[in-house]
Amino acid sequence: MAEETSDKTTEKDPKRITLSKGDRRAVCLRHQYLQGSWNYERMQNGGWCYAMIPAIKKLYSTKEDRAAALKRHLEFYNTHPYVSAPVIGVTLALEEERANGEPIDDAAIQGVKVGMMGPLAGVGDPVFWFTIRPILGALGASLALAGSIVGPLLFFVAWNIIRIAFLWYTQEFGYRVGTEITKDLSGGMLGRITEGASILGMFIIGALVERWVSISFTPIVSTVKQSEGAFIDWSKITGDAAGIKSALTQYSSLGVNGLDEYKVTTLQQNLDSLIPGLAALGLTLLCCHLLKKKVSPIAIILALFGVGIIGRFFKFM
Amino acid sequence: MSPITILLVFIVSFLAGMEGILDEWEFHQPLVACTLIGIVTGHPTEGIMLGGSLQMIALGWANIGAAVAPDAALASVASAILMALALNGNQDPTNAISTSIALAIPLSVAGLFLTMLCRTIAIPMVHAMDAAAERADFRAIEVWQVLAICLQGIRIAIPATALCFIPVDAVTAVLSAMPAWLSGGMQVGGGMVAAVGYAMVINMMATKETWPFFALGFVLAALSGLTLIALGVIGLSLALIYLGLKELATQNGGAAGSGDPLGDILDDYE
Repeated sequence: MAEETSDKTTEKDPKRITLSKGDRRAVCLRHQYLQGSWNYERMQNGGWCYAMIPAIKKLYSTKEDRAAALKRHLEFYNTHPYVSAPVIGVTLALEEERANGEPIDDAAIQGVKVGMMGPLAGVGDPVFWFTIRPILGALGASLALAGSIVGPLLFFVAWNIIRIAFLWYTQEFGYRVGTEITKDLSGGMLGRITEGASILGMFIIGALVERWVSISFTPIVSTVKQSEGAFIDWSKITGDAAGIKSALTQYSSLGVNGLDEYKVTTLQQNLDSLIPGLAALGLTLLCCHLLKKKVSPIAIILALFGVGIIGRFFKFM
Repeated sequence: MSPITILLVFIVSFLAGMEGILDEWEFHQPLVACTLIGIVTGHPTEGIMLGGSLQMIALGWANIGAAVAPDAALASVASAILMALALNGNQDPTNAISTSIALAIPLSVAGLFLTMLCRTIAIPMVHAMDAAAERADFRAIEVWQVLAICLQGIRIAIPATALCFIPVDAVTAVLSAMPAWLSGGMQVGGGMVAAVGYAMVINMMATKETWPFFALGFVLAALSGLTLIALGVIGLSLALIYLGLKELATQNGGAAGSGDPLGDILDDYE
């Protein structure tokens, strides 16, 4: 809708001032630095103002208007850095209206920003930080553990394609729809996205707990002398090819336990026969509980290293 | 380490530090940061493996609002540099990697304090922006924003570069003096700490509705034939099916009130 880039300057053309696609792209590029000056006072305000500069330059020409616009965009702001894109899109639309004489005051603009940032952060955090990044990260890491460069490349490329596409298209969406977007926000769509992401995220985390949290209890629970015929009697195996064949034949029918006369069971094997990864699950749920009790994650991590070292020292892990 | 290596380490760690706050390109994630440090120090394979291990631990670390998680940037960069030093001293790669993982944890705390410091220093910077806005001085606002980002880059780049000057002999001496129970114990601990990151994610998303999906993921993962991609497809399908059925249930809830979405669908076909 706003493609007439030829509208050269603001002061010469008394008619409508619009933001060209190039202006919007400049804002989008700068929006990537949203969190750069993150501070404890007004959080992302500096980065937000920095992102708005190309639009402010285009829309306002007098020094007073420009100063007022800059100040208005240095107000408190904080949300998830990606879902902030539709917010900036809507804000661009509002500023454009205002520059063309619509009665939109500072409070209205700040109101839209504050009104959108809360609900959107509630979507951005679970979708990006707790679903997409863990999934791509785990996928890349599982390849990387074998030393393959494909792991980090996959993570880096996939993440940035998703991110850049999201930043640009949702900003454009916000710009086109304008304040109408708040109706969509209150509707069920965002809730459904959050819920779907949470389901997928929880499913994958469940899988990761099973596969990547490793605990192994080494104490031996039982040592049983196996009955005759339940193990390979190595004294009867001859050293030639026939002997090897006989040993392999017996092994294939007896399984791992047939290798020794004594069947050794560790505590870990007992736990695994109930549910594989049961100990890992218990540990994860314990961590959930401790975190809810406001125990610092760092303290838990250090304690786990302590447990590991003690466990190895006394040879039970 | 050669001057060129040190310069490259500086650049990589600067990027990681910037991204630690920006959270856009993800140069601060262990998978990317350790790989890059591994490449510039001449140990790419070990760097990738260290990155993979640390990534599994750091999966749930995220900055939410004003709360800050353990800092992945310093943890990845610094532990990868120490690993490279150990490898330069001909240490066993497995041992070097597992010790670096254990070292990464205290480093992530140190990084956390540094980032809190930077976020405090940024307050007078935005006050300078306020003053510049008063004058409608675009240039000054841009300069302050860039300086604030550089501050975050320096936060990691300075400690990382300093680590490069640790003599290889010192690192190898410490590693060789380490008893087997200590290095083995750190390996055991490293296997367990991933649970903390997962617990952070779970606490964020767990509801009565989502717990059954956690349970499904857990038991299905025990089937080693299912790759992570296959599990992802199952999870996505479950989410879509669940949302679809739930929508049907709410649509029909008022009218039919049968509480049986499948039955309602079947009824519609008659």
